[in-house]
Amino acid sequence: MTISIDPQKTNNESLQPKGWLRYFSFSLDHKVIGIQYLVCGFLFYLIGGTLASAIRIELASPMSDFMPRDVYNQVLTLHGTIMIFLWIVPVVNGAFGNYLIPFYVGARDMAFPRLNAVAFWLIPPSGLMLVASYFVEGAAQAGWTAYPPLSITTPQSGQIIWILSVLLLGGSSIFGGINFIATIIKLRRPGLKLMQLPMYCWAMLGTSLLVVLSTPVLAGTLILLSFDIIANTGFFNPVLGGNVVVYQHLFWFYSHPAVYIMVLPAFGLVSEILPVHARKPLFGYTTMVFSIMGIVVLGLVVWAHHMFTSGTPPWMRLFFTIATAFIAVPTGIKFFNWVATLWGGKISINSAILFSCGFIINFVFGGITGVALAQVPFDIHVHDTYFVVAHFHYIVYGGTVFIIFSSIYHWFPKVTGKMLNEKLGILHFIITFIGFNLCFAPQHWLGLNGMPRRVAEYDPQFQFVNQISSLGALLMAISTIPFLINVIISVRNGKDAGDNPWNALTPEWLTSSPPPVENWEGEAPLVEEPYGYGKEIYEQK
Amino acid sequence: MLNKNIYLILIISFVFAISFWIGFNVNLLPAEASINAPIYDELFKILFIIGLIIFIGMTIAVIYSLFKFRKRNNQIGDGIALEGNLSLEIVWTIIPSIIVLLIGLYSYNIYDRMGGMKELNHNHDMMSSNSEKIWAGISQTSDNEIAINNLSIEVSAMQFAFLFNYPKGNFISGELHVPVDQKVSMKMESKDVIHAFWVPEFRIKQDIIPGQPTILNFTPTKVGKYPIICAELCGPYHGGMRASIIVEEESDYNEWFNKNKKPEVNL
Repeated sequence: MTISIDPQKTNNESLQPKGWLRYFSFSLDHKVIGIQYLVCGFLFYLIGGTLASAIRIELASPMSDFMPRDVYNQVLTLHGTIMIFLWIVPVVNGAFGNYLIPFYVGARDMAFPRLNAVAFWLIPPSGLMLVASYFVEGAAQAGWTAYPPLSITTPQSGQIIWILSVLLLGGSSIFGGINFIATIIKLRRPGLKLMQLPMYCWAMLGTSLLVVLSTPVLAGTLILLSFDIIANTGFFNPVLGGNVVVYQHLFWFYSHPAVYIMVLPAFGLVSEILPVHARKPLFGYTTMVFSIMGIVVLGLVVWAHHMFTSGTPPWMRLFFTIATAFIAVPTGIKFFNWVATLWGGKISINSAILFSCGFIINFVFGGITGVALAQVPFDIHVHDTYFVVAHFHYIVYGGTVFIIFSSIYHWFPKVTGKMLNEKLGILHFIITFIGFNLCFAPQHWLGLNGMPRRVAEYDPQFQFVNQISSLGALLMAISTIPFLINVIISVRNGKDAGDNPWNALTPEWLTSSPPPVENWEGEAPLVEEPYGYGKEIYEQK
Repeated sequence: MLNKNIYLILIISFVFAISFWIGFNVNLLPAEASINAPIYDELFKILFIIGLIIFIGMTIAVIYSLFKFRKRNNQIGDGIALEGNLSLEIVWTIIPSIIVLLIGLYSYNIYDRMGGMKELNHNHDMMSSNSEKIWAGISQTSDNEIAINNLSIEVSAMQFAFLFNYPKGNFISGELHVPVDQKVSMKMESKDVIHAFWVPEFRIKQDIIPGQPTILNFTPTKVGKYPIICAELCGPYHGGMRASIIVEEESDYNEWFNKNKKPEVNL
């Protein structure tokens, strides 16, 4: 049966700007929006990275001598907020999700193209507003967690702008989540079953469920917090009878799932990348699907592990310990399956696979420290120390950001029709991998031995280890240079990629590179086996 | 085949051996100076060894795959079309589940030994008689313990200092002095924002929450001077919010206490 999805007349070509101007327009094309998300997110990554460098320069010496202490708190608050809300979440969800999901389900666009454009265009103004708050009266100073009473007592304007910005970004995230759920469930090409979808669709379905269920809680919490700041209400203000721990419960009810909102799409992306470059089917498709859903369910019931030292009752500590530790099981299944996918393959050693394998190694390390942190007695000593900072960065940088780079190397030929330079790509990987581990591995020791997080000054005995960490951060900053040079040169002068340079089987590769406006010239192909590598009918010639 | 199995057993033995060796020989933690510390370090060692086994094993598997199964020049064709293996997948679901469950039970046991599972004694002499809710840190005093033997100290945290009130001596100190091997009960209150009382050498930490008095007990076991660190972001000088705890022999402590105590004024 040949039914093509009725293309919503989203791209009246005479009205659409051409060339690079498309990216500065309110385009409704999911591919344009995907690239808008990616480039915008990357610009904020550079800003967040600059702030991270400032933090590491400050911490290269034990005294607070690089910037004033209140500015340091603003910098760490902006760094956390920008990296989470403006870089990782928009890119792994918005950029790759928008670009790939319509291809994967056999649609010509997302379910709600206008909502999609709105979701993206909320990001630049809120991001700029957040950055600009520094020049108003100083940015927020209470960390990305904005715990009251500190967030109520620090200068108001920065904190209020921070709340407004995060609310808008949360709104953008919810719009995107609704759109992905609708697209995956209702816009599938006829004949395409759920269990035939590429794994990234499942990851995005799970992520979007988390977004839709938990982000409104953050929005409500921040609105109540803004009332406390502006209108002197007493929801979280202990002076007026408020309860600060209630804020922590509400905040972490979103912000722990936020970690899964950051890593689940990365799990989906790595599941797309490994089979192609290893020339093998994704191992254990069904268990991969169930493990994603297991992570979604468990991810919603572990928030209080961020509050083990907040005076939570013993029964609650125990419940959250067990629930948190059990997330290791579905996560572990995925990692074993990825290694099994590599095992016995014919692996092309290129930038995409290296970043993916770097991700596996880093994330296993971060996951192990995560299981340790889930244990209450262990957490009590290291909570709010550099051990947690290290663990978290192993998950979000060593995990998600490595996969973002891996994905860029993998899908760049699809988006531009040009190949990225492999030598520069491998150089980028080596510097990033060494720099990242040099920066964050020593921080575990710092935390265990008495260095709390979010401090501008510290005990001089930690200076040497902090300097090693700062050296790693310098390498991470340098690693961006070959990547940027590579992308800028390759967009214009890269080697022609052809339509399907990796001989991949997933639907996005079954059209031209770059793809036409509505994805396929004719009808969308029905791909029943997106990972059919090694089977005779698909055997690579 | 036999050769392959021998190699596999050798590699697994190597991974276990190196993990145990590192676990027992590399000390990543500061000195142990309280009853809780050795219990904590025992848990740390176990988690460290298990973590190392998994991490080294996975890293070897990934790097080995990249070398062994890399595409040679001019090689064409795909790898084997292996889509799954039910028994293998069951194995690596069940085994991690058991490991996680055992770790959970073990850490529960550790937590219990630290006193974390004891309910608060609401008749404790340190508690005020009104119905204010007292929150619990670890090492709670239970009903059957004689609180009178504990040294009672009231801790006030504020931006950016800790103050220690010794009610029995009617004086306030900026340094916390305690006698060695005696249980200390602290009632902690914050005057402004959330702070946290952390002594790395004791392996204890407890948030000090405005509007919610918190009890924290500990027993120091080693004479010395240790840092008290605020671990919760509390403002610009958060990094400078530190104090010292001085653990001393009882005679030294008594001397210090008697030097500072003030007579009670009865109005």
